[in-house]
Amino acid sequence: MSTPANFPGEPDSSPELAREFGLADHEWDRVLTTLCRAPSYAELGVISVMWSEHCSYKSSRVHLGRLPTTGPQVVQGPGENAGAVDIGDGFCAVFKMESHNHPSYIEPYQGAATGVGGILRDVFTMGARPVASLNSLRFGRPDHPKTPHLLKGVVAGIGGYGNCIGVPTVGGEVQFDASYDGNILVNAFTVGIAKTEDLFFGVAEGVGNPIIYVGAKTGRDGIHGATMASAEFGEETDSKLPTVQVGDPFMEKLLLEACLEIFATDCLSGVQDMGAAGLTSSSVEMADRAGNGIELDLDAIPRRTKALSPYEMLLSESQERMLMVAKSGREQEVFDICAKWDLDASIVGRVTDTGRFVCKATPGYDPFDGTGQPDPVVVVDLPVGLLTNAAPKYDRPQEERSEEASLVTMTGDAPEDLGAELVRLIGSPNIGSRSWIWRQYDHIVRDGTVIRPGEGDAAVIRVFCEDADGTREKFLAVSADCNGRHVELDPYGGAAMAVAECTRNLVCVGAKPLGTTDCLNFGNPEVPEQMWRFAQAVDGLAAACSALGAPVVSGNVSLYNETDGKAILPTPTVAVVGQLESPEHRLALGFVGNGDVIAHLGRPSRGVLGGSEWLVQHAGSLTGAPVGIDLEAEAALQHAVLELARGKLLRSAHDISDGGIAVCLAEACIAHGHGARVTLPSSEDAPAHALLFSEEPSRIIVSLSPSNVGEVGDICKRYSVPFEKIGTVAGITLAIEGVCEVAVEELTESHAAALDSIVS
Amino acid sequence: MRVAVVQFPGSNADWDALHAVRDVMGAEAWYAFHKEASLGDADAIVIPGGFSYGDYLRAGAIAGFSPIVSAIREFAERGGPVLGICNGFQILTEMGLLPGALTRNAHLRFECRDIYVRVENEGPFTGMGRGTVLRLPVAHADGRYHTTEDGLAELERNDQIAFRYTTRTGGAANGSDANPNGSVADIAGVYNREKNVLGMMPHPERASEAILGNDDGLTLFQSLRRHLGFE
Repeated sequence: MSTPANFPGEPDSSPELAREFGLADHEWDRVLTTLCRAPSYAELGVISVMWSEHCSYKSSRVHLGRLPTTGPQVVQGPGENAGAVDIGDGFCAVFKMESHNHPSYIEPYQGAATGVGGILRDVFTMGARPVASLNSLRFGRPDHPKTPHLLKGVVAGIGGYGNCIGVPTVGGEVQFDASYDGNILVNAFTVGIAKTEDLFFGVAEGVGNPIIYVGAKTGRDGIHGATMASAEFGEETDSKLPTVQVGDPFMEKLLLEACLEIFATDCLSGVQDMGAAGLTSSSVEMADRAGNGIELDLDAIPRRTKALSPYEMLLSESQERMLMVAKSGREQEVFDICAKWDLDASIVGRVTDTGRFVCKATPGYDPFDGTGQPDPVVVVDLPVGLLTNAAPKYDRPQEERSEEASLVTMTGDAPEDLGAELVRLIGSPNIGSRSWIWRQYDHIVRDGTVIRPGEGDAAVIRVFCEDADGTREKFLAVSADCNGRHVELDPYGGAAMAVAECTRNLVCVGAKPLGTTDCLNFGNPEVPEQMWRFAQAVDGLAAACSALGAPVVSGNVSLYNETDGKAILPTPTVAVVGQLESPEHRLALGFVGNGDVIAHLGRPSRGVLGGSEWLVQHAGSLTGAPVGIDLEAEAALQHAVLELARGKLLRSAHDISDGGIAVCLAEACIAHGHGARVTLPSSEDAPAHALLFSEEPSRIIVSLSPSNVGEVGDICKRYSVPFEKIGTVAGITLAIEGVCEVAVEELTESHAAALDSIVS
Repeated sequence: MRVAVVQFPGSNADWDALHAVRDVMGAEAWYAFHKEASLGDADAIVIPGGFSYGDYLRAGAIAGFSPIVSAIREFAERGGPVLGICNGFQILTEMGLLPGALTRNAHLRFECRDIYVRVENEGPFTGMGRGTVLRLPVAHADGRYHTTEDGLAELERNDQIAFRYTTRTGGAANGSDANPNGSVADIAGVYNREKNVLGMMPHPERASEAILGNDDGLTLFQSLRRHLGFE
């Protein structure tokens, strides 16, 4: 076989070029040793992108194996385009979360929009119809000059894509912190529904089967996007604009409908979307999963621009493209359905038994020229394994955070007027209403949003599961969470808290957690202290996912979230999907009836303020001792609340998280304009402000009819969960005995205006 | 009652409409794909919300050239009831079946939330009576209704204004955000002159069930059923 050729004008590969493409010197050496020759220009592009952190997970793979990924409900664990959990009657929920951080910082609208587009494709590639999306966003400090532009652009981009394609964006979370000033986070989550027996996988099965390219044409956008996502930002970041892709949600809507229709014909043996590293990673990963090879005819790639080189076609991240492996002889069915939806479809290659990734193209041939005849030569010929399992894998050195940085207990100075303090805190950007954001998302399309954004601790959606026996309604709950401040103070405990908050949110709406997806956003893994944070966080996630019954079924790692050497807060975002046995079990967060009893469930507070929003505001920086989490107590609390919800013994439930018990009570009042008269629950000895604003986990505020107090108390006792009546729903103020009394109207106004200082 | 729900490329509230009419109302309902020439044997047509043709050029502009459009026009000219919701309203104005135009919301953002409308005039879809206040959701970026002064006078004169945005109690919006998009004269929905074609920005089909916390929208479909003589 001839050595793969360069195209006219392409330089020979060299150590310098390899470095420019992001390969380390020892990685270049490894390429030479394995191939016994220098790679062609296109091959170097393929290797560098497949060996990038983004595609190869080379720094994280050794750690990710510690996450729990099994359980009776797990239908598909990590390794496919998305994970899946069983929701009964032969149906499953298919979901995943992914980051689109770097592109969103460079071009917030398109970066965020294509992040949504990418995660939607991951889900419908599995044969699932997407039914809901969430997002988890991080921006720099509220008064940073770039924050308004980035927030407005990201929110408009998420809405622009999700609203158009018609998948409701039902919730999410946002936090502002100086650590994200130069590196925002945009993590997008989508869940879809499929019949389990009809799930589709990204496998290139069946030697000789044709590879069909469906969807948008290939352009030069996003070339080397995956490599960009694997490097730190520096001052020259603004020059990276051409690496950002541009989304077309209308095209994606057509692709979605066409794909689901094609899948239903059973004429495919595999399918994968072209995401990061485009045509290269979709072909290589499909070949790898099936243990086969793939041969591509690049002359046949649909294109929208002249003179594309093999390198550009292989690395382009143009959006809204799918690669399908059809069963031989059934190509026409794919073409017919694509024609119905006005989509381009072309045969661009076939499955081989060589275990090699081979690409051919004709030098000088350009379909746009209308001249010349295809006479292709081999431009890429690489073993598939070199690009997948044999990609570099590092156990990078770790170093525990140094002693000087260890943290001491700190409570700040007690404010004089705690009522005024609460009004101010609930109106701050990290605590107050997010309605400016979610009003820009269509959160109700598909007629399924039963608990809308802001109404409960998690969103609840009704999904329609249709099979030969008819249509069944099922009810899912979804929540996304992470507080990087708690993770920074205690990477293990903070990561566990992220999972605990997510699953706690689910039980607070009456749902049982089923499975987790994660998006691990960290700094430079080559810095030992960052690597230590990552490894600790993985262990924290593992412990919490096991203890709380929500195994990890899919996920994504985003490293090098640094600008000019300054890392973001470690942010292992998690999203958990749960299911309600009955819609009648659903609970919202707001107080609903005067005279209802208000109770505190969970451990007495110790008044630890470490990592809390209040202390960060007062100290001016992140400080204090970590709050810690007891996963056994957390699990008991969640089991108890789920049983209470299922017994229809509660009127509302709201967990204590950002802003502490004071904010929790205020939010429960604001929801429907009810007042409350309470005393602070029993606690260890601590100043009132510390008890009000501590963000210690494993605590829930519920309201219930007075007639249910006995039964609720008994159930809590059975789970060894402390239950304490603290007051009643009454009046038009939030009155905390001996601490403060604030008009609910005043709290409501402050809460509603929380983002005004940024967006108006 | 037999209802065709028209499916353009980019329609995305087609399911919402089908579900409300078929599963909640119990009517016979089906999708009519835009490349078809016929609507089937329908008693009424719903043109659902979404982003037909990606809203490229202008919201609703390209859909007006789809093959099924002549069937819709013929059905409407024969007096058949047609309901255009959100993008469907935009399409009906672009087709010239309804007067006026829908432009970008005054605040330039997509807006999704519950609003209140008051029934201004009765018709096939608004038999619940003048003055009835309904809570309905909106979800649009291009919902600001616009027409000329003469056009507005004509709408008033012919009793074509179906809905106005109001406060919760039915009071005038008076420049407040009770009008979510800056529509002229707080107009949320209009009939054609013959009153068989209604276009509206709010989504009644997304507010037709108790489990969604709101079934005010169901009254439109019940009104249609009565109008067609099915009860």
